[in-house]
Amino acid sequence: MTYIIRRTIGALLMLIVVSMMTFAIFFLVPRWAGGSAENLAARYVGRSAGAEEIAAAAERLGFNDPIWLQYWDWIKGVFVGSTYDLGTGPEACPAPCFGYSFISRSPVWPELVDRMPVTFSLALGAAVLWLISGVAVGVLSALKRGSIFDRAAMSIALAGVSLPIFFTGLMSLVIFSYQLDITAPGGAYTPIEDNPLEWAYNLLLPWITLAFLFSASYARLTRAGMLETMSEDYVRTARAKGLPNSAVITRHGLRASLTPIVTIFGLDVGLLLGGAVLTETTFSLPGLGKFSIDAIARNDLPQIMGVVMLTAFFVVAANLIVDLLYAVVDPRVRLS
Amino acid sequence: MADPFLKVQDLKIHFPTDDGLVRSVDGLTFSLERGKTLGIVGESGSGKSVTSLGILGLHNKRNAQVSGEIWLDNQELVNASPEDVRKLRGQKMAMIFQDPLSAMHPFYTVGHQIIEAYRVHHNVSKKVARKHAIEMLNRVGIPQPDRRVDDYPHQFSGGMRQRAMIAMALSCDPELLIADEPTTALDVTVQAQILDLMHDLQQEFNSALIIITHDLGVVAELADDILVMYGGKAIEQGPAQTIFEAPEHPYTWGLLGSMPRMDRPVADRLMPIPGSPPSLINLPSGCAFHPRCAYEPQTGGLGTTMVPELTEAGGGHRVRCHLPSTERRRIWAEEIKPKLEAGQ
Repeated sequence: MTYIIRRTIGALLMLIVVSMMTFAIFFLVPRWAGGSAENLAARYVGRSAGAEEIAAAAERLGFNDPIWLQYWDWIKGVFVGSTYDLGTGPEACPAPCFGYSFISRSPVWPELVDRMPVTFSLALGAAVLWLISGVAVGVLSALKRGSIFDRAAMSIALAGVSLPIFFTGLMSLVIFSYQLDITAPGGAYTPIEDNPLEWAYNLLLPWITLAFLFSASYARLTRAGMLETMSEDYVRTARAKGLPNSAVITRHGLRASLTPIVTIFGLDVGLLLGGAVLTETTFSLPGLGKFSIDAIARNDLPQIMGVVMLTAFFVVAANLIVDLLYAVVDPRVRLS
Repeated sequence: MADPFLKVQDLKIHFPTDDGLVRSVDGLTFSLERGKTLGIVGESGSGKSVTSLGILGLHNKRNAQVSGEIWLDNQELVNASPEDVRKLRGQKMAMIFQDPLSAMHPFYTVGHQIIEAYRVHHNVSKKVARKHAIEMLNRVGIPQPDRRVDDYPHQFSGGMRQRAMIAMALSCDPELLIADEPTTALDVTVQAQILDLMHDLQQEFNSALIIITHDLGVVAELADDILVMYGGKAIEQGPAQTIFEAPEHPYTWGLLGSMPRMDRPVADRLMPIPGSPPSLINLPSGCAFHPRCAYEPQTGGLGTTMVPELTEAGGGHRVRCHLPSTERRRIWAEEIKPKLEAGQ
């Protein structure tokens, strides 16, 4: 119990630190680099604005306030909401307010929420695929070490780790969508609640492409772990008890090699939930990854900050879940 | 006379490796009755653990060549199907391992592991199996077994873990129990308790017990028969009393001489065997023990050229040595025994 509380407090502290760092990168570092409040404000009002207009905007947006006050206002917005005024009247930004984009003229948060289902569908679907296939291939490889299957699987895994998404993604699009016409050509997303079949059809190729990249490293990790645990004394004990081979492998061997897999899995999923940038771009999926690429291209600071904070939140949350899962997977963690 | 309960006939376990064939066990023959105890004694690398794993059929067919015969209660095991042998494991024959911390799965409770062992061979509910597990823990002397059953192995002390390991091995009332260095990883104070416990339980279940050890002292009081292994072969075997009172092999003399004894004054030095155990991949020619044997010159060159046969020395006592039996008895009586008894 104290373990859970300790880890949760740690995660919250981590989030605060991350928010400070993010804020500093976008607001403090430009100042250090010699930028003035007006330089910052210019981004919000457009290049054609006059000097007076920019100065007024800087004042209204609080860029002349002390940095800690600006940070405080920003954080406060996350919890209670905020209003922004660019001279054309106040724009409401209800909680949780992660800033207001003056390029798209809308608060950042609803846009993030809009994109989340796409990224979630992509990341979670691929995660299920790569976890199952990676672990299965890893276990078989370890059990048939040195066999043709093992060599072939590990060669393919090596290819999977080294080939970038925009290569495998485009190749599979060319072959499966345009030549064979059996998968969706990309660019479309159907919400699962509208039509589950179409949802899966549109995501199938991105899932497989993304899962291929990840399952490769999971197969290698599982294989290494299994080779180690299967030679442990307790596996010999399990055999000596007369357990069937399948029980020895899964309940005793695989169970013991799960810890590192759980760790990596949590971090990978957490990171992907913040946007699978390359996959979403390759398949033109309107998710968080595509959103952040577009925001960067437009130099839309509030949107970029919103995505960064959201990704940080997912990674920290995934980390916390992994920590808690540790205690479930390995009982020795609970005491120490 | 009926066949013995366990009969091992010319057992060979070889491992082909890149460096050559490793003859870990090379022609071992022995038998054991229910209720009796056999001590297999030897240094590390003598093939004693490989033998025990071989009886349980735990060697991987892909890297081990097992030949010979193992008869357990009139059932042959070496050529039996792996599935048949698996069903016997844990049920009819069970094993206790050296280090109970690494031999128990760290992620499962002690109770879970005993329940698992019981339910593989008994079609009972988890509740019944749990009751049985608590009963077994109680039987091996673990206090508050109904609470400790839910503890993890790392929450047990070394001695308690070995008790739990014994409870697990005995959970299906095996008729053959093999204990591989059961006390080596334990504190000296706990060793005697564990040995006593195993002896008591053996009496209770009337099971056949094989104790594998590098320490003659461990089997001195428990074993009915003793088999001394060296370089994968038996070099002396027979009734325990004979092995302790009239051993005929120079290696056994060495083992006895290097055994610390409380009844000897501290000033009395141990008499260690010179040299170290041979590599199984490159055994010395002739008698595997000859490079360390003080009596090798007396064999007239036979020791370095010919592998001695295991010959009967009377009363089930067999010795593998080139020295004539009369000469061996003379050396024991006139040279070795007085030295061992000196200071008494």
